[in-house]
Amino acid sequence: MMGFELKRRAAPSRLMKVLCPVQAIALTILIGLGIFAALGQDPLRAFYHFFIAPVSTANGVSELLLKASPLCLIGLGLAISYRANVWNIGAEGQMYLGGIFATGIAIHFQQSWGAATLPAMVIAGAVGGMLWASLTAVCRAQLHANEILVSLMLTYVANLLIKYLVFGPWQDPNANNFPLTVNFDDNALFPLLASFGWDWLEGTRLNVSIFITLVAIPLAWFFAERTFPGFQLMVGGLAPAAARYAGYSDKRAVWIAMLIGGAAAGLAGVSEVAGPIGQLNDRWAPQYGFTAIIVATLARLHPLGVPLAALLMALLYLGGETVQIELQLPQAISFVFQGLLLMFLLGSEVLVHYRIRRTRTAARASVPAAV
Amino acid sequence: MKRKSFWIAGIAAALGLASVGAGVGTAAEPLKMAFVYVGPVGDGGWTFAHDLGRKTLEKNLGSKVQTSYVENVPEGQDAERVIRDLATKGNKMIFTTSFGYMEQTLKVAKSFPKVEFYHATGFKSAPNVTIYNTRMYEPAYLAGIIAGHMTKSGKLGFVASFPIPEVVRNINAYTMGARTVKPNITTKVVWISTWYDPSKERQAAETLIGQGADVLLQNTDSSATLQTSQDKGVYAFGWDSDMTAYAPKAHLASCIEVWGGYYTKAAEAELAGKPLHQTVWGGIKEGMNDLVSLNSVIPDEARKQVAAKKADMASGKFMVFTGPIKLQDGSVKLPAGKSLTDKEIDSINYYVEGVEGQLPGK
Amino acid sequence: MNFSVTPLVASALAAAIPLVIAALGELVTERSGVLNLGLEGLMLMGALASFVAVAHGGGLAVSLLCGVLAGVAGALVFAVIAITLQGNQVATGLSLTILGTGVSAFAGRQYVGFRAPTAFSDWPIPVLGKLPIVGPFFSMNALGYFAVVALFLISAFLYRTRSGLELRSVGESPSVARSLGLHVTRTRYLATLFGGGMAGLAGCYYAVAQFKMWQDGLTSGNGWIALALVVFASWRPPRVALGALLFGGVSALGLWLQTVGIPVSTFALASLPYLATVVVLVTISADQQALRRYAPASLGKPFFDGD
Repeated sequence: MMGFELKRRAAPSRLMKVLCPVQAIALTILIGLGIFAALGQDPLRAFYHFFIAPVSTANGVSELLLKASPLCLIGLGLAISYRANVWNIGAEGQMYLGGIFATGIAIHFQQSWGAATLPAMVIAGAVGGMLWASLTAVCRAQLHANEILVSLMLTYVANLLIKYLVFGPWQDPNANNFPLTVNFDDNALFPLLASFGWDWLEGTRLNVSIFITLVAIPLAWFFAERTFPGFQLMVGGLAPAAARYAGYSDKRAVWIAMLIGGAAAGLAGVSEVAGPIGQLNDRWAPQYGFTAIIVATLARLHPLGVPLAALLMALLYLGGETVQIELQLPQAISFVFQGLLLMFLLGSEVLVHYRIRRTRTAARASVPAAV
Repeated sequence: MKRKSFWIAGIAAALGLASVGAGVGTAAEPLKMAFVYVGPVGDGGWTFAHDLGRKTLEKNLGSKVQTSYVENVPEGQDAERVIRDLATKGNKMIFTTSFGYMEQTLKVAKSFPKVEFYHATGFKSAPNVTIYNTRMYEPAYLAGIIAGHMTKSGKLGFVASFPIPEVVRNINAYTMGARTVKPNITTKVVWISTWYDPSKERQAAETLIGQGADVLLQNTDSSATLQTSQDKGVYAFGWDSDMTAYAPKAHLASCIEVWGGYYTKAAEAELAGKPLHQTVWGGIKEGMNDLVSLNSVIPDEARKQVAAKKADMASGKFMVFTGPIKLQDGSVKLPAGKSLTDKEIDSINYYVEGVEGQLPGK
Repeated sequence: MNFSVTPLVASALAAAIPLVIAALGELVTERSGVLNLGLEGLMLMGALASFVAVAHGGGLAVSLLCGVLAGVAGALVFAVIAITLQGNQVATGLSLTILGTGVSAFAGRQYVGFRAPTAFSDWPIPVLGKLPIVGPFFSMNALGYFAVVALFLISAFLYRTRSGLELRSVGESPSVARSLGLHVTRTRYLATLFGGGMAGLAGCYYAVAQFKMWQDGLTSGNGWIALALVVFASWRPPRVALGALLFGGVSALGLWLQTVGIPVSTFALASLPYLATVVVLVTISADQQALRRYAPASLGKPFFDGD
């Protein structure tokens, strides 16, 4: 009987590390050709509009970065957290709290604090995210409740908190009783990069908050790969018994992981409300906190892989939009395509650690039960 | 010599002007129009109604227009990108069909002064941003009249999304309409804090029915309220689109938006070179909404009353928010003979007499 | 104002049944060590498949089958990638959600706008069905009774059968299980497909029992609640039912409180079910040992079942 089996490689194949994404993309292209053709679309045109067109202009690149930046930021925080086996699923909620805290500063102090408003908002955003994350940290570290559940439930609560604020105490009195805060003044908004006079950025929405992300990338790498607490977190995640034996505090690891994740998510929240949105309203629910989970795991929890994964997810998102606009392709098809591409990417990684061999034996000889 | 060239120039200019005039008359290229939807076209609700309007527009104007749409556009920073993309791709008219696109529409409109933007249900306009909306409180009022005839318990129910003026005035209109039939009718409201969530809508309907409500109206986007009402043997109304097919026994009538006429008018105006810039808030009179598919169990007396009121709305004789309007405590908010202005209706934040409970956030 | 507990219980129960079905399936899957986060996508596919079946004239049994098969098909895709190819389970599950949402939304476009021609109806047990408070438990529809039966069967399977023990061993320590001769991959596949089938069944409940229609996103996020319930239940079946009823009940209670004029923000009331779940979980997690004892030790970690 002919079959296939996987055989573990002696060492991870470096060739495959490069080839795997290529194989995945090739597979997706193949299947995608089928899907698009079946829908009566020219497959090549569809691919062009999905992957190339969105980034073929300066504006497109700016939009890609604008979308990838919060994904990357949150993804970095989650990567560190997941390495420590602390499964923070509530980054979205922590992001909301970051936005809430930043908004609180903006609408109350933007008239009086001048140039100090924005930095205060950034700090407040990080604090807000950390505060929300600490609720989960307490529940896990001190109260032994599972953090997946607590962080997820708190996300729903955070969303309702936003609604309470914009329908109630923080509502703009001039907004016809609609759920909006006042628009932020210029000193409470991240300046556009275009305003610094770089011609090629003319008319784009990219703003200064991207520097937060750019700084976070090497910081996250350094923390995870080069510091002792980072090492402790990793060991705690890989081999908890060994970590305990070595005296690494489990509770402290949970707190550090959650606070880092919360701070990152909170900063992403500020970058949104003080960036392209410019206010707090009840419609703000970009799902970055959940997409970032995919980003972090696609990047295999490596801080240097997170930016790449974030760019990919952002491109998939933009591409889905572009094919809707250009080809009138239903959005559902974009989802199908994205889901397939991701699954192929995830499945293709197997070849890094294993090779495929044909087997000639029938079933594998059953191992006699230990007596 | 000079005079000859002057005449030649003059004739050439006249010919040129004539050809331009002829060009305006015959549209060489179809007018590109784009629609930005907040939900899927298959939602059978808000977006479905807009898309029906778009299809009507296409039917009416044929090859003169070329429409496209983008669905499920989230109301955050993505919307600005989508709207901007549509503007850069040659669309001359862009319709953003949800309140949450307001700021984004305004921002993009600033960069594209030659493109006409139309924003539904908003309140901020600009030289090239026109607001349009439909007075759904009128069909809600008519539904109230029917409810007044059909209720046995004297208690009505309303499954509501968020306490924004749009929803509050529909609750008020529903109650006011019902009270013209039975002056002691009360309405209970349940807020589910979302526009679409069949599970929550169902639980809300169950709660209201458990409290004795036997005719329900909704401002949410699924037919769960109707389904639940049929399961429990009470009545309900459809919203946004004709929802008869979901619950034929429980369905009394549907309050629907009708956008096709306005879209056609807007396109024709653009084609004629005079784009509509006036804020349009149309109701029964302008044909921008309707109460349809009345159930056969509705008695003739009720039908006559509805038809009469509808005719009055169409002729402008009757306006829903005309005094006397009383608050929940019985005090008179608006005396007889006066009517609320559009601005007051657009920002209404109080319940009228008959509605039970407190408005959230107040 | 009138307050009777029975309608509240009925409302909670109606919300809880699909959650219980989906959560039980996921519980079995997770007990074998596989974390399938694609529940929402599987439920949507199951809902659409079963609705399509009745829309084309099929009977209830056929629609059940279609729902289950759709769930199994989706779970199979997940299993190949996450189990055989050892792709990261978290990411694969989330990708499955995206895929399932897209497939169901696309395929379901022409099935929007009408009621299911046939649907599951309630089968009340005489006398018992009319009892106050517990009456609703005796007048459920076929799927509701199935959920109760499944609860007992799965409990019995996990704790009283040899196969159940094997499943749990695979989830605790696949390498030890393998050395004992247990077929880890096959067990995980079966557990995952079972979970997928149950998710599809839960979807069928939404489309053909509760809402009798199809619409984009019909399950409105309940797949995530089901996932949370498995954790809440500490991977033990009876607690799944407790959690589902708690969640559905507090939701209904919050809505009811709105109608009696309590001066609490509706948003605060809406957050009650989520907060209640956290509070109850914290209370029952007070035993520190429990956390370590009940989470399947190998949950989410890939296992290479070869040489």
